[in-house]
Amino acid sequence: MGTMSEEILSRKLGREVRAGEIVIVPVDYVMAHDQTAPLAIESFRRLGMPLFDPQRTIIVFDHIIPAATVQAATLQRGIRNWMSEERVGNFLQEGICHQVLVERGFVTPGAVVVGADSHTCTYGALGAFGTGMGSTDIAVALATGKTWLRVPETIRFELSGQLGPHVYAKDLALAMCGAIGVDGANYHAVEYGGSAVRAMSISERMTLANMAIEMGGKTGLVEPDEVVDEYLAGRAREEYEPVLPRNPRYSRVVEIDASSLEPMVALPPDPEHLAPAHELQDLPIDQVFIGTCTNGRLDDLEIAASVLRGHTISPRTRMVVTPASRQVLLSAMERGYIQTFVEAGATVTNPGCGPCIGRHQGVLAAGERAVTTQNRNFPGRMGDPTAEIYLASPATAAASAITGYITDPRRLS
Amino acid sequence: MSRIWKVGDNISTDEIIPGRYNVTTDREQLAKAAFIEYRPDYAPNVRPGDVVVAGRNFGMGSSREHAPISLQASGIQAIVARSFARIFYRNAINIGLPILVCDELHGAVEDGGALHLALASGRIELTDGRVFHVEPLPEFVLQIVQAGGIIPFVQAGRL
Ligand code: SF4
Repeated sequence: MGTMSEEILSRKLGREVRAGEIVIVPVDYVMAHDQTAPLAIESFRRLGMPLFDPQRTIIVFDHIIPAATVQAATLQRGIRNWMSEERVGNFLQEGICHQVLVERGFVTPGAVVVGADSHTCTYGALGAFGTGMGSTDIAVALATGKTWLRVPETIRFELSGQLGPHVYAKDLALAMCGAIGVDGANYHAVEYGGSAVRAMSISERMTLANMAIEMGGKTGLVEPDEVVDEYLAGRAREEYEPVLPRNPRYSRVVEIDASSLEPMVALPPDPEHLAPAHELQDLPIDQVFIGTCTNGRLDDLEIAASVLRGHTISPRTRMVVTPASRQVLLSAMERGYIQTFVEAGATVTNPGCGPCIGRHQGVLAAGERAVTTQNRNFPGRMGDPTAEIYLASPATAAASAITGYITDPRRLS
Repeated sequence: MSRIWKVGDNISTDEIIPGRYNVTTDREQLAKAAFIEYRPDYAPNVRPGDVVVAGRNFGMGSSREHAPISLQASGIQAIVARSFARIFYRNAINIGLPILVCDELHGAVEDGGALHLALASGRIELTDGRVFHVEPLPEFVLQIVQAGGIIPFVQAGRL
């Protein structure tokens, strides 16, 4: 009996556990990326133990790839050396960690995956307990195959109705941040249910789960169903048995009618400050970014391309498109989306995190304003701390690139 | 007496140390980047034993351990906040940076003021004599702290 988190952790431990209990739980996979692995390796070396399982260790290069500075290159060389010393079984450099782990079938319903990245909560889209941790926690998991967790209480979002035209999973994710605030789910798990979620693809569910951390959530879970089974057919690395909530007790249930939503924008300085896109119409923008683990997948690029087709981007605005993975890039090329972006005047970069964290490929100057499909708009995230970051769906971002002002995509159609 | 560095609610890890400064694991460099853009006066002036007093949800956002390390390496004794974001909390405990929860302190102090913190008892005294107590750590977390952080805790075979 319990929420999805309680059920998953109970199954892992072979006994019933309840919210509030502290447990030491075995993990299925441990992930770190080029940004967090160096500190994890230092802590791992201090532990002085071998890897618990090289095949369950995953290193991804995605944050500053290819290396933009000598410092980044040096850290990456250090990670490569460590990987060959320890014979790490999984090294991926083909896109954003969260996208690639899902695409490559590491993430299955009921699994426990820990990653040295806060958006590890994304894996809940497939019904896995994914949670982000710091480098030393990850070092401990690398060495022991275990982690300690407080079994979280759960906030359940019941998302009824259906999303209207030009309103997307991203608008819903932003609306949830607005509804409970950036610490509304601190120390909690989040569950997403209701007709709006059942109708969503894996990609859209990932957009929701990805932003659980933007409410402070430990993980963001969707009940696995046939959409997950279909996605994982021929992809999952191991057999799985879905875990569903059983007579759960939620600490809070929040209801949102998806049909009532409009295209939303989150204003600086964090994702809980929201306004409908049409109310921000007069705000000129300097850069549009489409990509990230929130909205850099094929359907996101499809939406952006369909808005942009036949248009060029405003001369006062620049636009960067970063596919979330090599697979996304290949499919987007096949379908002509990349052609559309380039013809419209956008810069298409290699798969990875792109300018999301302000280190390369489109850094903002003082006072500049960006509309981006990412998940965070904290001051300094994309460059100068006085730059303003507005979060939106791929449709709103693409529409804004065309006009040079924040634009409700419904206005262009 | 410890100088108080007072900051507000929802201070993100991007404000503690922007991503651009995470391309090193060197503690001294990280210390120089602590609050570098959010409070440029911090790193050059912070002294050993100072205390950061924060509002709600301190350390929200990224899992970067560079954030608590930069503050620890800057020499502070502790962070006292109304609440902490989950990953920051774990990271600080793991590396042995004392983080203390006290709901009332934030509203009672000014930036640049002073307090006396007795870490062992969790007692805080202000210069005007007012006294505050921090919330005790959960038992399991306390065991990690008493072991000197998660690394010695694991080495002792306790996980
Ligand atoms: S795309 Fe952005 S949010 Fe996602 S993992 Fe990369 S840096 Fe983090």
